[in-house]
Amino acid sequence: MPTITYRDALNQALREEMQRDDTVFLMGEEVGLYQGAYKVSRGLLEEFGAQRVVDTPIAELGFAGVGIGAAMGGLRPVIEFMTWNFAVLALDQIVNSAAKMLYMSGGQIRMPIVFRGPNGAALQLSSQHSQAWESWLAHIPGLKVVAPATPADAKGLLKSAIRDNNPVLVLEGEMLYNTKGDVPEGELLVPIGQADVKRPGSDVTLICHSKTVTVALKAAEQLAGQNLSAEVLDLRSLRPMDEPAILASVAKTHRVVVVEEGWPHCGIGAQVVDIVQREAFDQLDAPVLRVTQADVPMPYNKQLERLAKPSPEKVVAAARRVLYLD
Amino acid sequence: MPTKVFMEALSPTMEEGRLVKWTKAVGEAVKTGDTLAEVETDKAVMEIVARADGQLLQHLVAEGATVPVGEVVAFIGAPGEKVAQPAPPAPPPAAPVRSATAPSPTPAPVPAPAPVPAAATVVADASRVVRASPLAKRIAKEKGVDLKLIQGSGPGGRVILRDLDGAPARAVAGSAAPAPAAVVIGSGAAFEDVPLTQIRKTIAKRLGASLGPVPHYFLTSEVDMERAAEAREALNQQLGDAAKVSFNDIILKGVSLALARHRACNAWWQDDHIRYWNEVHLGMAVAIEEGLITPVIRNADRKSLSAIGSEARALAQLARERRLKPEQYTGSTFSVSNLGMFDIDQFTAVINPPEAGIVAVGSIVPKPVVQDGQVTVRRRLRLTMSCDHRVIDGATGAAFMKTLKQMLENPLAMVL
Amino acid sequence: MTTTATPPAKPQANPELHRRMLREMLLIRRFEEKAAEAYALGKIGGFCHLYIGQEAVAVGVSAALGPQDYVIGSYREHGQALVRGVPARAVMAELFGKATGCSAGKGGSMHLFDAGKRFMGGHGIVGGHLPLATGLAFAIKYRGGDEVCVCFFGEAAVNIGAFHEALNMASVWKLPVIFLCENNRYGMGTAFERVAAVTDVVEHACSYDIAGEVVNGMDVLEVQRAAARAVQRARKGGHPTLLEVRTYRFMGHSMSDPLHGVYRTKEEVEEQKKKDPITQLVHRLKDDGTIDQARLDALDAEVHAEVDDAIRFADESPDPAPDELGRHVLTD
Repeated sequence: MPTITYRDALNQALREEMQRDDTVFLMGEEVGLYQGAYKVSRGLLEEFGAQRVVDTPIAELGFAGVGIGAAMGGLRPVIEFMTWNFAVLALDQIVNSAAKMLYMSGGQIRMPIVFRGPNGAALQLSSQHSQAWESWLAHIPGLKVVAPATPADAKGLLKSAIRDNNPVLVLEGEMLYNTKGDVPEGELLVPIGQADVKRPGSDVTLICHSKTVTVALKAAEQLAGQNLSAEVLDLRSLRPMDEPAILASVAKTHRVVVVEEGWPHCGIGAQVVDIVQREAFDQLDAPVLRVTQADVPMPYNKQLERLAKPSPEKVVAAARRVLYLD
Repeated sequence: MPTKVFMEALSPTMEEGRLVKWTKAVGEAVKTGDTLAEVETDKAVMEIVARADGQLLQHLVAEGATVPVGEVVAFIGAPGEKVAQPAPPAPPPAAPVRSATAPSPTPAPVPAPAPVPAAATVVADASRVVRASPLAKRIAKEKGVDLKLIQGSGPGGRVILRDLDGAPARAVAGSAAPAPAAVVIGSGAAFEDVPLTQIRKTIAKRLGASLGPVPHYFLTSEVDMERAAEAREALNQQLGDAAKVSFNDIILKGVSLALARHRACNAWWQDDHIRYWNEVHLGMAVAIEEGLITPVIRNADRKSLSAIGSEARALAQLARERRLKPEQYTGSTFSVSNLGMFDIDQFTAVINPPEAGIVAVGSIVPKPVVQDGQVTVRRRLRLTMSCDHRVIDGATGAAFMKTLKQMLENPLAMVL
Repeated sequence: MTTTATPPAKPQANPELHRRMLREMLLIRRFEEKAAEAYALGKIGGFCHLYIGQEAVAVGVSAALGPQDYVIGSYREHGQALVRGVPARAVMAELFGKATGCSAGKGGSMHLFDAGKRFMGGHGIVGGHLPLATGLAFAIKYRGGDEVCVCFFGEAAVNIGAFHEALNMASVWKLPVIFLCENNRYGMGTAFERVAAVTDVVEHACSYDIAGEVVNGMDVLEVQRAAARAVQRARKGGHPTLLEVRTYRFMGHSMSDPLHGVYRTKEEVEEQKKKDPITQLVHRLKDDGTIDQARLDALDAEVHAEVDDAIRFADESPDPAPDELGRHVLTD
């Protein structure tokens, strides 16, 4: 099985879907001539031409709206945001147009559009370039939101997103683009709405997504060294969220730590906690704990940034607390 | 048929409008689209326009009046047309006006329901709640384990899964069976949690600082066991070879009954509150090879002497064989330690936290005492009670000891 | 491209078209009047923005379009929907929130949609639909078609970012879109000159190197001619146009807002009413013999009947079923 980067996995997904359906096109800043700000779209302009790989001005609101209008006109756009931090400007289009078009037209106008780009912090990019937008975006009915953590999931979820007839938001990660993983050859479609156990365990469940999957896996290793068995559940899909998978894991381990990149207040983990306490109350031997980013804008300094982010040590400490060991 | 003019909904949230000014007078000719009046809405000053041609026949609402949306405010019709007089809007009822302006007379006092102090309500509820994780609760229920008898190791005494490890499926009939629904002391619940008063908190803090975590003090009382000895001999003659009653049994029974009358000594220190138990579960210190263990006689105050005796023997046996199950050595509300068989005159025992007291039993020894002015020989026993000063004050402990002494000196009192 | 003013032209003899335009304007007028009444009686809820006074704009543009073209507008779109061919019954039922409404009762006054007629809404965020129009034009060009997209918006939208982004991309990519600004001089309660550094909207055309024209929006024939020029420009070469159509609304911004008072005087409104587009067209058609009073009365009665029928239909239609609440959030 080939081992490729997350970036190349996305590239493969785009290429395959554009070959398969000529109404699929890519639009965004630097996606064409520059080969992509993060090289995700490398080679696509050469293969598909300028009509289908469109470089835009810096106008997130504008080109998000153009994508939505094109979808109203029967095309299947993939709109790239250089980072989701810049997509805040486009939120009016995503939330007020894309998410609601089907509903407010009484079912007449479908919106088969994908918005994708890197989400969350990288390294020392400071506060305006480091935000995790999961809880803002997953809040809105009419949207689907996915966050692949591995190259295989990235390819499979982006392909599913492009084929989905609803607006799908794909949250990638700059820190993930270079990571490598096994990606099976042939058609690979990961269903939207399905979580994945990345590491089975029996003493505590670590629920995570995107970059925090690596954090959770490292924590599980450390816990194993202490004879504690942690199960790592990768959500993969934030809206819809895989409730049965979450509940099955809690029924096994009776203890949960949620690991998330965003801020604590009203963060995506709060939704996980609601599901767990509401549906698995009698399974819990301890309260559910969350390991999140510190409730501060992301600082520039390297040490401070490390302090702000979730880490394996913080996850281990939380796991030990729910095990009543500390 | 005259056309009604309504107070219209001029904004999505408007519920009423204040008619600021009539712009057409009664009797004036109006055309569709003419402004009839200016109305102040929740958002702006808007206009009511005529939706028919004709003559404005009547103003039903005066300038300055506030009128709900949908109410008729005027009529348009042919000149001279009669309008069926609608019932004039009821004038605002006098009563509210009066009560708004005049000082309200004191109404006949409605007897307020006896105020239940918030603390009492909280306590009453708390007494029904055992702190346990949802999982522990569920498993305890499935296994038939009484959570009240498990000392939780989680924060705040929370019973968690590992506290139930080894708890057997289905309660063993007999010693572990929950008490039958009989009359229980106090509120009817197994225990009552009382938050610490300021005095208690201060005592706890100061004594804890001076004496250590559990601030012990000791009360010694010498008890005349002559009558108890006579009663015991008589009983054992009756019982024959079957289970004999021992002094220890009598003392256990006496302590249990005294606790039933002095609930203040039958309690657990719980950091931020004190749990006063309404049930008496007596821990009995038993020496075993490796040390000491305290099996528990549940509801000892309600068991007969012979029941206490047989249970004590059985538990001691199990203890020595190290076959005691957790529910057999946990959950005691008070303890007794007996070193009389080692010829110890008296000693001070260490309290088993979270209990608040323990009675140390010395040996029964014939001694010369003064009675009715005469020196006589009586069998005497020295009991020493250790008290946690945070829970039991001196006078409280002393009162308990006095009751205990009375019971042992006059065994028939135990039957009362 | 520089700004051009509409050159005066002789009215062309096209009685059929003119009578149709008159009927359409009358239909919008009577419909909006009845909608106002229905709103005041509580049958229409929320916001209701009336087109009274601006009828010539929608009607004039419509005459220049074909059924394959796209039309997209803001929340003052009842007139544009009716003229596009969305049945009066379906529009009124939508205003009443009924299941038979053109948006199944789930859009309301601000979100009228009819995909079959290529009437693409009905949008509530000021300027938010301009990028959508550019996108529709993008799809037309992507597919190699010769349709055009007309985008209606008010002058206040010229100040919002989306306007500039949409025009820029339409120009850079040479897309077949017509940005039609209905300049009625007032956003809610603010006169345009109080908030716009450049009050001639048409001037913005040169910022984006697109064609621009100013049009007298109270003259339906002028509107029709300017629209035809813009449509031609778009169909032939994918060149966008910015049309500034100067018009006037005789009612308040919405049913909740005052006609006049704080932000404009009653006298000004009365003065503008003298330029009523319907009255103007009636005079012209009477002058050239296309129509007489009897015919006009008959036409008005016919239109009244159509609107009354729409009201009755809306009144009698059912509300959406409760489980409609969860439908159309996502599709398969």
